[in-house]
Amino acid sequence: MSRLIFDLILRATWETAQMVLVSGLVAVIGGLPLALVMVATRRGGLLPCPPVARLLGLVVDMLRAIPFIILLVILIPVTRMIVGTSLGTTAAIVPLSLAAIPYFARIAEVSLREVDPALIDAVRTMGGTRWMIVRHVLIPEALPGLVAGLTVTLITLTGASAMAGAVGAGGLGDVAIRYGYQRFNTEIMTLVVLVLIAFVALIQAIGNAISNHLRHT
Amino acid sequence: MDIGLVQVSHISRSFGGHLALDDISFTVARGEILGVIGRSGAGKSSLLRCLGALDRPDTGHIMIEGHDLTALPQSQLIGLRRRIGFVFQHFNLLGSRTVAGNISLPLEIAGVPRARRNARITELLSLVGLSDHGHKWPAQLSGGQKQRVGIARALANAPALLLCDEATSALDPETTTSILDLLARINRELGLTIIMITHEMDVIRRIATHLVILDHGRVVENGPTLDILAAGTQLPVTQALLSETQPRVPPAIRARLVDTDRPGARAVIRLRMGGAAADLPVLSTLGQRFGVDATILAGGTSEIAGQPFADMIVCVGDYSAGIHDFLHGLDPSLKVLGYVPADL
Repeated sequence: MSRLIFDLILRATWETAQMVLVSGLVAVIGGLPLALVMVATRRGGLLPCPPVARLLGLVVDMLRAIPFIILLVILIPVTRMIVGTSLGTTAAIVPLSLAAIPYFARIAEVSLREVDPALIDAVRTMGGTRWMIVRHVLIPEALPGLVAGLTVTLITLTGASAMAGAVGAGGLGDVAIRYGYQRFNTEIMTLVVLVLIAFVALIQAIGNAISNHLRHT
Repeated sequence: MDIGLVQVSHISRSFGGHLALDDISFTVARGEILGVIGRSGAGKSSLLRCLGALDRPDTGHIMIEGHDLTALPQSQLIGLRRRIGFVFQHFNLLGSRTVAGNISLPLEIAGVPRARRNARITELLSLVGLSDHGHKWPAQLSGGQKQRVGIARALANAPALLLCDEATSALDPETTTSILDLLARINRELGLTIIMITHEMDVIRRIATHLVILDHGRVVENGPTLDILAAGTQLPVTQALLSETQPRVPPAIRARLVDTDRPGARAVIRLRMGGAAADLPVLSTLGQRFGVDATILAGGTSEIAGQPFADMIVCVGDYSAGIHDFLHGLDPSLKVLGYVPADL
């Protein structure tokens, strides 16, 4: 493998990692509070208000229903507004984040909903406030599930970031399309796919290790 | 005048037309262990949720340390809940915290500073006999150990009242005994008032000083445990609850029982004696004073709430009016169950 190809793939891997990690971080910052509000406002939740839960559920599902490639295009004006350009790695983070927030919110909601309500009652009997229940029960008890959910989200983002490569976002997807597909360069295509496999396997392994460590069994 | 730590007066609670609690009243004095027993659906859980301020009754009042639980606004209920310790059937420990972390939680909620928290945790771990287990995770403990952590956690803020919800129902008999011993010791040493909700009569017999029997959401019996058990109630509900721990006539003898006395037959009698009478050597007295032989068919002497209580089925030869008067003097609720013809 030539030095040029090596550098190309190394830079692309770094770009992919940037896109995946930053939009993954935004997904947690935006998705976790969203999931908490959805769980709390459910019937029988901490702050029951079913209309709010239904409305948020609807918005989340709508965002998830839009195919990512369409979202990429629709969001071009918004991306220009935020980043100043619609091209490049930084610009791709905007649509990736917007797709990841509802995705992670739904996964987080499931984990939070599975926390034993008896534990919430136990902390209520200690005189715990709603915020204390969120902080000491809901989030710590759901944490192994939340980490597993984040792992799935990051892997899905890896796939989506390759798609963003098609519209000039850079990263491994970009290299695969421009060099591997359009120039029929099998070597580069194979290399990119191998790097992506290793990338995904690494995320999954780290996610599993953290999640299992948090289970305290 | 001590009007009691807990006063429940005329509370009712219904769920969708079904009356779960129907005009319930009782009081609990400081230092008592009150057992609340009833079959499933009798209203035990609803009562407990009301006592723990997790739910409000539709009508009636619950006073704890002079505060009316049913009248306080939510904001002050949170403060009052910290005066009540809760022990759960399934322990409800947080799997995300160590043993020490679980005991620490109510202290953190109450805003106790870290140094005092750590001192209190050490003290509580030693009280429940888990001094070396503070760093462990709940998943690494046995059921009995988990319940000890649950008890330590409930005691963390030095509550005025401990509510136990079927605290031993998920444990094996040996562990049940050790947990009941621990609760009795806490009651004795800390003078802590305990309300135990259970469906097991055996739990009541062992530690409850007072007893409330619930049936279909109503209080059907209420008083000192010994009095209720010794009185030999006629209420079917109480009898059904008691029967599981009461001696029964062995089936082989039951089959031969006849209603009338005849020469040479032996009388089968159920005898219940509480207090000092329970310690009397009744059978040998019968032998010495009346010259008859008497044997125990079932039952014996045990303790109820720390006091001796005899509950047995005895077989007495030549059952005369004199013997009957003597036994009746010891146990006014004495019952002749029948007679077994000679050749036994």
